[in-house]
Amino acid sequence: MNTPIRRLSVVVMAMFAALLIASTMIQFVQAKEYNDKPGNRRTLLASYAKERGSILVEGNAVATSTPTDNDFKWLRTYPKGTQYAAATGYFSFTYGTSGVERGYNDMLSGSSDKLFYRQLPDILTGKQPQGASVELTLRAKVQDAARKALGNQRGAVVALDPKTGAILAMVTSPTYDPNQLASHNLNAVQANWKRLLAAPGQPLVNRTISGNLYPPGSTFKLVTAAAALSSGKYQPDSELEGPAALKLPGVTKPLPNITGQSCGPDDKVSMKDALKISCNTAFASLGMDLGQDTVREQAVKFGFGQELTIPMTVSPSRFPSDLGQAQLAQSAIGQYDVRVTPLQVAMISAAIANGGKVMRPYLVQNVKDKSLDVISSTDPSQLSTPISGDVANQLKDMMKTVVDSGTGRLAQIPNVEVAGKTGTAETAPGVNADVWFTGFAPVNDPKIAVAVVVENGGTAGQEASGGSVAAPIARQVMEAVVGQ
Amino acid sequence: MNTVTAHPSTRRGTELVLLIFAIAVVLLAYANVGLAVDGALPVDIIPMGIGFIAIAVTFHLVLRWKAAYADPTLLPIATLLNGLGLVMIRRLDLNSSATNGLLEGSALRQLIWSAVAVGAAITLLFVLPDHRRLRRYTFTFALAGIILLMMPLLPVIGRNINGNRIWIGLGPFSFQPSELAKIAVTIFFASYLVQTRDALSLVGKRVLGLPLPRARDLGPIIGAWLASLAVLVFESDLGTSLLFFGVFVAMIYIATERRSWIIIGLTMFLVGCYTAYLLFAHFRVRVTLWLDPFTQGLSDQVAKGLMGMASGGLTGTGLGQGHPEITYFANSDYIIASFGEELGLVGLMAILLLYGLFVERGLRTALAARDGFGKLLASGLAFSMALQCFVVIGGVTRVIPLTGLTTPFLAAGGSSLLANWIIVALLLRISDQARRPMFESSAMADEMTQVVKIR
Repeated sequence: MNTPIRRLSVVVMAMFAALLIASTMIQFVQAKEYNDKPGNRRTLLASYAKERGSILVEGNAVATSTPTDNDFKWLRTYPKGTQYAAATGYFSFTYGTSGVERGYNDMLSGSSDKLFYRQLPDILTGKQPQGASVELTLRAKVQDAARKALGNQRGAVVALDPKTGAILAMVTSPTYDPNQLASHNLNAVQANWKRLLAAPGQPLVNRTISGNLYPPGSTFKLVTAAAALSSGKYQPDSELEGPAALKLPGVTKPLPNITGQSCGPDDKVSMKDALKISCNTAFASLGMDLGQDTVREQAVKFGFGQELTIPMTVSPSRFPSDLGQAQLAQSAIGQYDVRVTPLQVAMISAAIANGGKVMRPYLVQNVKDKSLDVISSTDPSQLSTPISGDVANQLKDMMKTVVDSGTGRLAQIPNVEVAGKTGTAETAPGVNADVWFTGFAPVNDPKIAVAVVVENGGTAGQEASGGSVAAPIARQVMEAVVGQ
Repeated sequence: MNTVTAHPSTRRGTELVLLIFAIAVVLLAYANVGLAVDGALPVDIIPMGIGFIAIAVTFHLVLRWKAAYADPTLLPIATLLNGLGLVMIRRLDLNSSATNGLLEGSALRQLIWSAVAVGAAITLLFVLPDHRRLRRYTFTFALAGIILLMMPLLPVIGRNINGNRIWIGLGPFSFQPSELAKIAVTIFFASYLVQTRDALSLVGKRVLGLPLPRARDLGPIIGAWLASLAVLVFESDLGTSLLFFGVFVAMIYIATERRSWIIIGLTMFLVGCYTAYLLFAHFRVRVTLWLDPFTQGLSDQVAKGLMGMASGGLTGTGLGQGHPEITYFANSDYIIASFGEELGLVGLMAILLLYGLFVERGLRTALAARDGFGKLLASGLAFSMALQCFVVIGGVTRVIPLTGLTTPFLAAGGSSLLANWIIVALLLRISDQARRPMFESSAMADEMTQVVKIR
């Protein structure tokens, strides 16, 4: 009977080998995958048990952890809750994380492999390792100005450093207080969460980078103009058709100018003047002449269709495909199915400001350990070159006249040259327009590029236009950087 | 037959050293739990420690007296596993309720049961000087096994807990009789197979190149198969039915040395599994969860166990510092995941190796046993331990679908402890007989006597 017993012991060894392999798979090979499963309570509890790193703006914490006596050990607090909610996001036991809290979670929580050697002394001495701090690119002054200028109106403001892509301001309205979701009173957190989900205006949505996206309205004329200038067929002073209303092929209703008037004598207008007064008919006919592929390619070069991570995911802006001529005419002036994020619009201005180069936008400047040594920092990198330097300069001049003497006059800053473009986007019949302004300053040495959108006309309602509502907001934001 | 003139070493000294090591590990772990959860040494560590040492040392001394040549590793391994289980159960108790620092709840029950089980094992060593005496009661054990198996189906005392009807209960006292049935049936199998092995292995026709046994010899196999199917159907206890059938196939293979039995057994097993899959929704759910533990809308027990083990990683969170309580049945079916979480892969491997070592020592005892009954009984008991580990730990670690069985020695549960300590006693007794010098053992059976009925 010994032979079968020996064989059986081989079977037994194989069974135990299978168990050893399976547990190695779970605890070593796939451990990270399991730990990163959404809703893994253990990972959450572990992250509460140690001091999470702070999120800093110009050295001041906008998210920090304070010790508590209860099981959770550390309470996440947001000293300027609503002010920075769009960037920090929330850190909630029940509802997970968002924003930079999510994007840099492994650094903030200290679980990143990059921190291992720095934490080694703590691990060896039995101290609970501390997470790294994350310094944002936001500038407090710019963020404050944007918050204040937007006020209670629904909309978004985003400002970039055109030379680096660093995000200087990120404001969305309505917003929320992340402290309400980080509380250790889980019943209160649940109630707050339900209230925020049900609230009109979706305060949890970051309108600068996601949400339902906006029609860009006339700010898209910058793209159409860039396509035209890049084609070589047009110059800023090229004559365009600018009638009071443009008859579109196959459509009975003509496309009108907002003013209801012709854009120039004999229905002719130069491209420069057309941009200055935001002439719809001129850019619609220009778009039809260029063809949809040319306009779409230009939009893609500016970043349309591209998903970015800043570290939050930015919804791709889109320019529709398979357009008829009438739809192309509408799209060329930012109507029909063109949809953008405010960040994308700011990137268009930034590209023009930066001599034709779009820098990759980013929100985190660097990561520091607890002794403030920089662990990693974001180097500016170029995303694409949508236009040549010449075209950028031509567009710069054209945008300058928009602010100097065109629809964007309310964006003027004393003693500073400002360039910009207004937009007034119709969304649906009976609903007030979404109004836009995008621009940069100073024109010769741009330090800030900005995009502002105010939904539903904001407080001005039916009377609102990009020039009257959005331009003054953009002015205050730019002033925070370039004003005296 | 050679006459052995020199005394082989009894190895009791080795056993004592290993036992001291096992006790030290358990007491350190107990202190660790107190420090981690309450920030202080457990107030009862000294009485606990003394009690624990007293039980283990008593067993050791009984072995010196009653089974001096027994295998020296079985008792330390069982002690270590039993102690670690106690520590983890205590740790989970501390987590679930505020206590005054004294042992209570599941941990206290487990401690009492440990003492009872060790007591039963010691008693067995006294009343059973020679394991071959068990052969006198071949069919008594068969009957006892069937009665124990079917007891949960009885009205009044049968209990249905968590969808499995595998418990009996009287008042607050509950018991899982299938654990003891496992031993009774294994004894019956060993005894019956020793008597009929020649008939089973030599007589029979060849069908498709496969030597098939005669119909009347096939009876017990069909009976075992039907009994395990009955357990599966009426008690919806997949684990136990798998265990019984697996042990039986292994034992009949050892007895007959014919592979046709494995093929017949595996075929019957697969047919049974497929039928169960078709018939029982709860079995299909388990297969679904085995393939994807994160299936929405079904039980997330497997998923929670996996995430617990993953959070432990290589070295674990440390005893008392993880969150094993998040997983259901953390102190019974899932205690292995609790260990994986808090002791890490390193700790889990150590535990698996302890089990592996225990089983291999059991099989080594079977190899060394001088009588066929001893060989069959030891290999059956050892293999049942291996299969039970494989079924329950394999279920937790997704090697096979999850079925309910207790983790030997570790899991909370009195019937399981009692059964496993009785297995320890039986293996100790067989190994003592196997290693005892010939002139010391009375009327030692040789190979020829195996087919001779004792009655």
